[in-house]
Amino acid sequence: MRDFSLTASILKRNEEGQSVFIPYMMAGDGGLDVLHERISFLEEAGADAIEIGIPFSDPVADGEVIQEAGSRALKNGVTLRKVMSELQAQLHSIPLMIMTYLNPVLAYGVVEFVEDCELAGVKGLIIPDLPHEERTLLSNALIGKDIALVPLVSLTSSPERIEKIARNAEGFVYAVTVNGITGVRSSFGSDLMDHLTDLKRVAKVPVLAGFGISTQEQVRHFSSIADGVIVGSAIVTAFHEENLEKIQSLIKAGRTTVSQ
Amino acid sequence: MIQTVEGKGRYGRFGGQYVPETLMGALSELEEAHNSARADSEFIEQLNGYLKDFVGRENPLYFAERLTEAAGGAKIYLKREDLNHTGAHKINNALGQALLAKRMGKRKIVAETGAGQHGVATATACALLGLECVVFMGKEDIRRQELNVFRMELLGARVESVDKGAGTLKDAVNEALRYWVAHVEDTHYILGSALGPHPFPKIVRDFQQVIGHETKRQIVEKEGRLPDAVVACIGGGSNAIGMFHPFVEDENVALYGVEAAGGGVSTGKHAAAIAEAKEGVLHGAYMYVLQDEDGFIQEAHSISAGLDYPAVGPEHCHLHDIGRVHYTSATDAEALEGVQLLAQKEGIIPALESAHAIHFAFDLAQEMQADEILVVCLSGRGDKDVQTVRDALGGGVQ
Repeated sequence: MRDFSLTASILKRNEEGQSVFIPYMMAGDGGLDVLHERISFLEEAGADAIEIGIPFSDPVADGEVIQEAGSRALKNGVTLRKVMSELQAQLHSIPLMIMTYLNPVLAYGVVEFVEDCELAGVKGLIIPDLPHEERTLLSNALIGKDIALVPLVSLTSSPERIEKIARNAEGFVYAVTVNGITGVRSSFGSDLMDHLTDLKRVAKVPVLAGFGISTQEQVRHFSSIADGVIVGSAIVTAFHEENLEKIQSLIKAGRTTVSQ
Repeated sequence: MIQTVEGKGRYGRFGGQYVPETLMGALSELEEAHNSARADSEFIEQLNGYLKDFVGRENPLYFAERLTEAAGGAKIYLKREDLNHTGAHKINNALGQALLAKRMGKRKIVAETGAGQHGVATATACALLGLECVVFMGKEDIRRQELNVFRMELLGARVESVDKGAGTLKDAVNEALRYWVAHVEDTHYILGSALGPHPFPKIVRDFQQVIGHETKRQIVEKEGRLPDAVVACIGGGSNAIGMFHPFVEDENVALYGVEAAGGGVSTGKHAAAIAEAKEGVLHGAYMYVLQDEDGFIQEAHSISAGLDYPAVGPEHCHLHDIGRVHYTSATDAEALEGVQLLAQKEGIIPALESAHAIHFAFDLAQEMQADEILVVCLSGRGDKDVQTVRDALGGGVQ
């Protein structure tokens, strides 16, 4: 198993007895010129890494909030290429991850995209429509690079699949906490606890929970079960409404002591 | 630039399973259910029973005498999918998949529809088998096909309007996929064309190949030999793959797929993804996809809502690459000519989709010899399009 700096920074936080918090932001929502400002804000607020979403014409894994943010970004003319060049213009010390649908990467050219990720200091990739079986499309170009191709595991994944995916996982395992798309949820299924516990048992890398986590209470809850949380829609909404305090309080809620 | 990937459900380098992880379990369950159903004589018998007594198969292979005379070349035969219950080939697949859903113990069905033909066929199959049905349809398509919406509701289905994007078929598929992800444990997605992640393209082909098998048997009965050419229209490509598949090994049978060229391929306002030849991933499969240089999927344009989709099923992409099927296109204007031609020469008003194939076949027949045989898949009837055709012709017949 290769060592990724993304994994190392998560483990470091966990070893300090704390859970990891990764916010998601839609690149170009509010204009590309606020991208660096928002990254710095999240870093200063205490985020451990940042997931940067790329707008897409057909975001099938996203709920209303992120779809709308994507539409706003598309209206601003934002593309994967523009985001990558913006990121290369100013580097950050916080690990950055790119979350994009597959087709913009294919249009970009896989090899060129990976090169540009390196230049931009991108440490991880999340491609929601690239399941385990198809991952070689990207992973061949990632050999020898410090860029983790982070896999998603869902509640519907069979135990055999979970084991296969978790064992081969790079960076961390992204545990999807609901059957559904991204977005705010008021409740979660009762089988979720067992699912996360099983995952942590088989995974060789940290397990982070995401999808539907939007309140401080939920952040605290999942931070105590998983190695960390990913919060998307709530952050996107807060940025859109310029409610920066809400983002700070969510990140603060993630600073729960990890149960080991 | 793209590497070749060894994966499931590949047609050459096309196809695959590019879907969120949440759906992978359901796809593998579906694949198993389909494989076991194919091997189960009871299932086959049940399906064939419905196809015969409910759908009205086998439907005729009709010799279009006056059309043949007008072309003055090859003999033209029409495979009459328009005579199926619900008026198109779509019912073959909807019924087959609804039976599969029951077999998997799933009592709820989600589907997408463009013009409403697949939605109506799915709502029909669900009513027949007592399944709950929700159909996603673009807002713009709902406006254009008001009567089909009511038809689905009359059949007990719930129609959900999709106002994202341009509010057409592509957006309806996105929404149906999102719904399926959230309800995957008790819901089956009846995809309407030879598209989507494996095993959908294979399943749709399986349930549609009855078209080609019947045609083969019928033409041998009538002419004592196989045809020289077979023509079908292509949106996603379900009627075409159903027609072509049984002929693929017969090298002397030339196969022609007709895409929708809308205002003309050079105008950029079209649905001819093979003609455009840009590769990419949409709705779970690697295919030829209309897209811009940033990989954003573009809207398709066609007068025919059923062909108004920005990609072509993966198996067609492969058949194009290996040169087994010739892909060509017909414009909106040519399709309108095709409608009038068939209506006036044969007393059959074809669906606008099928009219693309009719127009091309009429031209092709003229270049062929009188002792040659050409079969056209008449995939649907034109009742649903009468208003569109009337508007496009400015209210009067040309």
